[in-house]
Amino acid sequence: MRTRLLAFAIAALAAAALTTAPVTAQEKSIVVSSTTSTQDSGLFGYILPMFKEKTGIDVKVVAQGTGQALDTGRRGDADVVFVHAKAQEEKFVAEGHGVKRYDVMYNDFVLIGPKSDPAKVKGGKDILAALKAIHEAGAPFVSRGDKSGTHSAELRLWKEAGLDPAGSKPSWYREIGQGMGAALNTASAMGAYVLADRGTWISFKNKEQLEIAVEGDQRLFNQYGIILVNPEKHPHVKKEYGQQFIDWIISDEGQKAIADYKIEGQQLFFPNAKSGS
Amino acid sequence: MDTSSALELILTGDATLFAIVRLSLLVTLSATFFAALVGLPLGAIVALTNFPGRHAIIVVLNGLMGLPPVVVGLLVFLLLSRSGPLGPLGLLFTPTAMVIAQTVLITPIIAALSRQVIEDLWTEYREELTAMEVGPLARVKTLLWDARFSLVTILLAGFGRAAAEVGAVMIVGGNIESFTRVMTTTIALETSKGNLPLAIGLGMVLMTLILVVNALAWGVRRWSEAHAG
Amino acid sequence: MLDRTPHNESTTAGVLGSDLPIRFAGVDYRVAAVSILCGINLEISAGPPTILLGPNGSGKTTLLKLAMGLLSPTAGSVTYNGREKPTPGTRAFVFQKPMMLRRTVAANVAYALKAAGRRPDRLEIARLLAEVGLAGMDDRPARRLSGGEQQRLALARALARDPEVLFLDEPTASLDPASTKAVEDIVSRVAQSGVKIVMTTHDLGQARRLASEVVFLAKGRLIEQAPAEIFFTKPSTDEARRFVAGDLVI
Repeated sequence: MRTRLLAFAIAALAAAALTTAPVTAQEKSIVVSSTTSTQDSGLFGYILPMFKEKTGIDVKVVAQGTGQALDTGRRGDADVVFVHAKAQEEKFVAEGHGVKRYDVMYNDFVLIGPKSDPAKVKGGKDILAALKAIHEAGAPFVSRGDKSGTHSAELRLWKEAGLDPAGSKPSWYREIGQGMGAALNTASAMGAYVLADRGTWISFKNKEQLEIAVEGDQRLFNQYGIILVNPEKHPHVKKEYGQQFIDWIISDEGQKAIADYKIEGQQLFFPNAKSGS
Repeated sequence: MDTSSALELILTGDATLFAIVRLSLLVTLSATFFAALVGLPLGAIVALTNFPGRHAIIVVLNGLMGLPPVVVGLLVFLLLSRSGPLGPLGLLFTPTAMVIAQTVLITPIIAALSRQVIEDLWTEYREELTAMEVGPLARVKTLLWDARFSLVTILLAGFGRAAAEVGAVMIVGGNIESFTRVMTTTIALETSKGNLPLAIGLGMVLMTLILVVNALAWGVRRWSEAHAG
Repeated sequence: MLDRTPHNESTTAGVLGSDLPIRFAGVDYRVAAVSILCGINLEISAGPPTILLGPNGSGKTTLLKLAMGLLSPTAGSVTYNGREKPTPGTRAFVFQKPMMLRRTVAANVAYALKAAGRRPDRLEIARLLAEVGLAGMDDRPARRLSGGEQQRLALARALARDPEVLFLDEPTASLDPASTKAVEDIVSRVAQSGVKIVMTTHDLGQARRLASEVVFLAKGRLIEQAPAEIFFTKPSTDEARRFVAGDLVI
């Protein structure tokens, strides 16, 4: 009995050791906090192996909502922050949590809606007009409601249209507090409109009765920025590796990799690092 | 349609799927081991010693069995974050953090249930062991060994609870691809992406695992009844 | 068959002195407000078996446990050859419903040997099992033995301690006549080998068969203490007389 207990104990300790081994073995790595929509688009799966091959640095992406991603940077739990909420990013740097913000790329949002199109906005090119129509008709609308970049963009657009459903909370406005995939699932199930980033929409496999209702409006463009977490606030931050990643992503090579990433033949992200920050 | 692609993933030994399963087992087995290391002696001590506040401790232990996994995740996150007390260890978003969170989650289960089992057994054994002048340490060893089948069932219960939870490992692990992604967090992620085959495949593996664990628990009980009375 | 030296010459007791006689002086035992035993003055000396006899509820079991040291008196004192505390390892107790460890028969005996600080020697285990008529049942799960077999295993565990005094609490109360005889035979043999037997019973016949000295209890009081022949033929108290005649002593 004792030998069996001992054997089990050794096996379990070995298991524990195996689990922890990756922590020490992969010190040539950085933690990047980014958003679920970026992760879900598959971009990282495409460009990160290239970066690893070139530099040997493992990039560990923790995908969260924008608010949480920035908070992770604030707490020092990530080395680099890579999100798409310019105003919040600039505040992040201004408050001393980040070193410098660089433009990286943009993608766009699209207004997704049910094929039945209850608010009659399909094919439009004006997002504000579409939102007003949805408000008028009281057509169901799903909001991410999670302080993400997409959510911030959605709120910004409602405000520009002079409306405030997040404040008045009418019954057709449904805040779910979850990520893009979940929002699309819910919209599909409810036959509702939803604002989505094109990337998640293209790779979303559950489209069913949903389709693009409005696209192409300038107001729907979504700018991404990358920031190194401030090593003065958090001395443990891997600033060399982190800066290497930033330098690569805004370099010609990184920018080309971003542009080359396609889903179903369509480019999702448009690199614009050169155009200042 | 999705289900058949899910089966395909399992039967062809899809590398991603099995890496995820392997990590899940490592994390949960380690957590069960450490929870047993802490929980069994703790249960024995509370069962066998009289100290002020004993009843309060028992109530607290029983209550902690119902700790919501997300709450445990949040607490461990606050502990391990760089801005937290254990920040310098740099454990957040690693498998170690996941082991810690699951250990915290199931230790109360193991402690509370083993306390009950050991206390009941002690009620039975007390007079005999006292008459045989068995010392306190020897008593603990005797009770732990004689209760072994019930204790194994308790460990299986703890394992099952940890294997099925998603809240704690999601928060402290960060669901990082190829690093801290386990069955439950992957199911959540892939479902939200509408990528159902992988989610269903993992769901099937997880369900099978839970069923196997429960069957083992039942088997242990039957064996013990047949062989040790 | 049993070639053990009489206990007053054996090692432990010989070196440290015997724990007998056990003296009760003005012993009361109460649980909450209920009085179980009252004003017990009693001396249990070395020698042939002492039977604690009395109807159910007379306090015999409590008296036995007090003598063993499992309970402490509420008032008065229990001393062991003048000493307050008994010597460890010199007494053994067989309970009315013995508790079998969830292990095999042999493992139960081994456990008792280890608890007494003796080596769990295979030969010794076999010898003890043979003494109680359980030879060859080493690997059976102890909890699946019959009532009589479990009682005998409990005896083997007690004997494994090589005690000076063996306490038995109504060991045959729930056994059939055949098992009862088997247990009584073992007790007699053990008594002859020099171990002091202190046993409770409410069974007159058993007392007649085994007692050398009778301590008669009723309603928590010591009514009479006498050598067996005198007690059974010429009891001096009324209650004893009625009990021996077969009446209910209420």
